[in-house]
Amino acid sequence: MQTATPDRAFSTPAASIDARGGLALAGVTKRYADGPAAVDRIDLQIEAGTYCCLLGPSGCGKTTMLRMIAGHETPSAGAILIDGKNVVGLSPSERGTAMMFQNYALFPHLSVRDNVAFAMRTRGIDKKARLREADKVIEQVQLTALADRMPGQLSGGQQQRVALARAIIMRPKVLLLDEPLSALDEFLRLQMRGELRSMQRMLGITFVHVTHTQLEAIAVADQVVVMERGRIAQSATPHEIYARPQTAYVAHFIGGQNVLRGTVAGTVGHTAMLTGPQTGSFVVNTRAPAAEGQILAFGVRRDRVAVTPLKRELVQASNEARGTVRELEYQGIYMKVTVALHEENPPPFVAFVEERAFFEQPVAVGQDVSCSWASEEAHGLEA
Amino acid sequence: MASTASSSVMTITAPHDKSGTRFVPRADAAHRPFTFYLLAAFFVAYVLFLYGPMLCMYVLSFQGPQGALSFPMRGVSTYWFQQLWEGTNGDVAGAVKRSLPLAVVVMAVTVVFSVAAGLGFRSRVKGSTAIFYGVVVSLTAPGYVLGIGIGLMFNLLGWQTHWLSSALGAQLSWTLPFGVLITFAVFGRFDPAYEEAARDLGATPAQTLRMVVLPILLPGIIAIALFGFTLSYDEFARTLQTTGASNTVPIEIWSMTQNVTSPSIYALGTVTTGISFLIIGSALGSIFWIQRRRLVKGALE
Repeated sequence: MQTATPDRAFSTPAASIDARGGLALAGVTKRYADGPAAVDRIDLQIEAGTYCCLLGPSGCGKTTMLRMIAGHETPSAGAILIDGKNVVGLSPSERGTAMMFQNYALFPHLSVRDNVAFAMRTRGIDKKARLREADKVIEQVQLTALADRMPGQLSGGQQQRVALARAIIMRPKVLLLDEPLSALDEFLRLQMRGELRSMQRMLGITFVHVTHTQLEAIAVADQVVVMERGRIAQSATPHEIYARPQTAYVAHFIGGQNVLRGTVAGTVGHTAMLTGPQTGSFVVNTRAPAAEGQILAFGVRRDRVAVTPLKRELVQASNEARGTVRELEYQGIYMKVTVALHEENPPPFVAFVEERAFFEQPVAVGQDVSCSWASEEAHGLEA
Repeated sequence: MASTASSSVMTITAPHDKSGTRFVPRADAAHRPFTFYLLAAFFVAYVLFLYGPMLCMYVLSFQGPQGALSFPMRGVSTYWFQQLWEGTNGDVAGAVKRSLPLAVVVMAVTVVFSVAAGLGFRSRVKGSTAIFYGVVVSLTAPGYVLGIGIGLMFNLLGWQTHWLSSALGAQLSWTLPFGVLITFAVFGRFDPAYEEAARDLGATPAQTLRMVVLPILLPGIIAIALFGFTLSYDEFARTLQTTGASNTVPIEIWSMTQNVTSPSIYALGTVTTGISFLIIGSALGSIFWIQRRRLVKGALE
């Protein structure tokens, strides 16, 4: 899946009949007694063989959505299609889905091998055959040496591999992962997310991975779905999400962007000229023509901002914001410069200045600076 | 995850088990607060009251044939045990042969219904709180009065009181609420994700119960069985008026204290304590074995 999926338009179910695990949600809603909808009229298409991340803060409905796809929760309204077939009301095994639970939920009374073979045991496959099949899958996740261990004796990373093996033994079309990395420490998290990604490539099936960690989503996914209070805020490729967030919410949540505001003074097609709270003006690219007089939010990537000592004799230029350096944090590759802009209620403003550029013309804490960027770096955000 | 796994089963650990610092004196050892000595004195008194009389009884049960109910010992023998078994002083063998099967039946019924209640109570239905308190409140009912009531009821209905009917009912009124309380404690720590995982892997509800829920809860279920058995085997107040013509062990002991004046009564105490220890030991042993198997099995292979 290389192209962005249109997030608002639900078109035809499952793009290709041959590919396994194409997923489509149409008007899916989940309402609990007397609360606002946890998931609100979601339309979403995930093509077969896609690694999709559902991303959002806790309570945004991402886990509920996953559990509805998995068949552990019933939608109040809407349809869930897997390979073109509505699966609402079907059991997980009838859907061809498998789920990896947040804390893995490995059965503590069964060995690794018996855990992995469990799905075959429920289907009445005889012991010899199921253990042989289990050993094959265990080998795939490189746990052969530990096949006789009990889950309580395994490390977090090993437990995760057992959970993965247990979930894929029946060759599901869609694997659903509920915060699969949250129980691991930082180092293992990086390692395991790589393993998940390569496992998905090897199996060629659809992965839907719920996370609240932006970098995790961007690193592994083909398609990132950012959620906000039960709705989809944006669904696109990681690059699109990071470089061109659609709304101020997505820009804030993904990070990496400074969100500024200005009043539209004039427009030429998809370019708007804004007057800012300071004396300068901003040139902003918008997705749709902006209306004059409207207050428009726009994002500027933090790594595309130049920070230079302020020359007061110069008139404030276009695409320039002035402020005082509040904090410097050396990050090796770049210097994180936090700036308090010279305006009322200044928005948070951070620049990631590439290391060499910073030390060629360093600034100090307390120094007045000028922050500037090229016109093409500023993108209008929807409210 | 390891903590999730072990917290879902009953964990029995001595409080000082894992600290290697047990014998290191505290820095302020010389200035212990007076409450320390108070509590220590209380504990010593507790141990004396608990084990002192029991030890005396065990020793005196081996009194020589000429011996009396109190010290000094006149020789050592198993004479009074023989007396006991031959029924010279009462129908002890018969009482044991009634008490044991009764305890087994009480245990089985307690386990089945407590576990079923535990499973049922997880989905909050209307009135479940009222039902819960209704069950638990029967623990506070005075046992002796309850026993009289059951005896009266049988009388009214024209039924004979019998150890396997009226006494069984009376004892269940005692063991079931206990069983339900333990079940709630055990189920409260059971992670519902296990059931969801089983369902996700294609298990039917019956398979989930058999392959996942019951095995994970097994140590807790053994604990319920143990309670059911020992509460029944020791039960006196509720059984006294409901056992009918033939006695259970506690009632036989009681009736012996009324008219037997030989160390036979101590021998009986020693035998029943021995049986209790055997049962408690095997239950705890099996819980320990299950947990050890869960944690160490792979390491041993």
